[in-house]
Amino acid sequence: MSSTSVSVAAPAAAERSGTSLKALGVGVLLLAAFVATFTMSGYHLFQLTMVIVYGLAILGLAVVTGFNGQISLGHGAFYAIGAYTTAILMAQYNWPYWSTLPVAALVCAGFGFLIGLPALRLGGLYLALTTFALAVAMPQVLKHKAIEDWTGGVQGLVIDKPDAPFGLPLNSDQWLYLFTLAVGALVYLLAWNLLRGRIGRGMRAIRDQPTAAEAMGINLAMFKTRTFAVSAMITGIAGSLGAIAIQFVAPDSFSVFVSITLFVGLVVGGVASIGGSLLGAVFIEFVPNLADIVSKAAPGAVYGVILIAVMFLMPTGAAGFFGGIARRLLRRA
Amino acid sequence: MTKFIWLTARWGCTDMEGLIHQIMSGIATGGIYASVALALVMIYQATHHVNFAQGEMATFSTYIALTLINYGLPYWIAFVITVAVSFVIGLTIERVLMRPMMNAPVLASVGVFVGLLLIFNSISGWIFDYTIKTFPSPFPSNQPLLGGYASGHEVGSTAVTLIVLLLVWLFFRFTPLGLAMRAAAYNPASARLVGVRVGWMLALGWGLAAAIGAVAGMMVAPVVFLDPNMMAGILLYAFAGALLGGITNPLGAVLGGFAVGVIENIGGAYLVGTELKLTMALIIIVCVLVVKPSGLLGRTVVSRV
Repeated sequence: MSSTSVSVAAPAAAERSGTSLKALGVGVLLLAAFVATFTMSGYHLFQLTMVIVYGLAILGLAVVTGFNGQISLGHGAFYAIGAYTTAILMAQYNWPYWSTLPVAALVCAGFGFLIGLPALRLGGLYLALTTFALAVAMPQVLKHKAIEDWTGGVQGLVIDKPDAPFGLPLNSDQWLYLFTLAVGALVYLLAWNLLRGRIGRGMRAIRDQPTAAEAMGINLAMFKTRTFAVSAMITGIAGSLGAIAIQFVAPDSFSVFVSITLFVGLVVGGVASIGGSLLGAVFIEFVPNLADIVSKAAPGAVYGVILIAVMFLMPTGAAGFFGGIARRLLRRA
Repeated sequence: MTKFIWLTARWGCTDMEGLIHQIMSGIATGGIYASVALALVMIYQATHHVNFAQGEMATFSTYIALTLINYGLPYWIAFVITVAVSFVIGLTIERVLMRPMMNAPVLASVGVFVGLLLIFNSISGWIFDYTIKTFPSPFPSNQPLLGGYASGHEVGSTAVTLIVLLLVWLFFRFTPLGLAMRAAAYNPASARLVGVRVGWMLALGWGLAAAIGAVAGMMVAPVVFLDPNMMAGILLYAFAGALLGGITNPLGAVLGGFAVGVIENIGGAYLVGTELKLTMALIIIVCVLVVKPSGLLGRTVVSRV
């Protein structure tokens, strides 16, 4: 009798210690990220800002592709819509930068819902096809004459870099980084909360056992479409932050390769992992810079080879791979 | 309202000849879409994978053809060698990369396809650089044919496309190997029981798809010019064509491809303008998914719940 209770209690205790370890890790990471504000130079701080931005974009993709099992190859389109919403509101209507984020989130959620509705009624690869088409068509739409007064056409829009408010002793790079970090941390917290609860379980149920999930009373099409909207919303917030950080949007910077890059980041980091999205973001921010030294074509080739290698060698991505090693070490300890 | 007036004005000043001309060139480009759509459907039927790298593979093949022609080979010999090399490339990819992925989750196969897309795209850029190149057409381009409604290249490429489609149909309909390939795609388990080597049939299908894609690339390159991203838009139209005709039906995909070519040209000329041509492919895809997801000729898939 006692042996049973021990064997039941042991994994629970291990899990608890794992959870507290994770909380500790998140705390250390946040602290290190905060300290980086004052210890890093402008360009490196900008790179870290972009890591957070890409991390959020990949998190959005992970919600729908990793946790809900619906493959999207077009999240760059939502990144672009978020970026453009912010840029238009700031450049054409003089909105303050922070007030554009909720609008961008809402707009992207709306677009996500509209795109998801026809594609997610059906299973299989229809979402991948539709989103791929959306991503390929996106630059053309952004360039179109009918919305040129808003979007600035081929030229795009230039927006101002925000300064630190309340007379804080920070330069604009530092403030931008801290702002992005704060928004990023908040969205990650919300996403984590969403994914660990009933809705997160529903998403995973649909991914793993759609028939059983439907039998349990989940409306598959509606649930998947809402998940897609949430995912588009998160990626849209990332696009909005990215536009503020780069201070410039133009149609040709949102080609289909943005979507493919996000997909690469997702797969490399680990599809169904919140922490993996940050690993993937680090990958897509720094690896192209390194590969670019070799040749202009190298980043694409490196992405392609690594993508295929990850599919063969570590299908759960970097997060799953290192997580597995960590778990094994913990068990042995 | 202004839009409507503008539309009627455009329609009013367009004569019948212009319309016929648009339809003719729509059929010519539609043939290209039909070929790529057929290549997609062949792989989809056998494995339920959508090959996102089909376009970049075709682009790469077109570069091979250009290199051979620049070496001084006559066009049609370069054409045949390119088709053969593409066949081998497709076959090799199936053997080396796709076969181990046979029972992997769908995300893994999509990942491999996207990886292939990136690799072929950057190899094309790496070896042949990113500048836009002209590609020769084997057909006389100076004199207009069919009463001035179509150029020599349009008629010639349509003829080539139709011959390819006819050959593919004859192959699948009248040869034992074609029958075995159909059997392997339709019912792998039973096919294996009667002695069909299903794995090799899939590899052959990949080779054929790559070869058809290569022909499409060589036929479209003189029109759109050759650069590493040449096929991105064409792949999109092929998707639209395959979905419109029914992604489970090769004949449907071919008809869908032609239909999309005509819709694209007429729509581009009279409705949305050329700047939104790609968006039209997206709209066709969404419309098909909303109205008739199985496509015009496709089989409605019923799953037991």
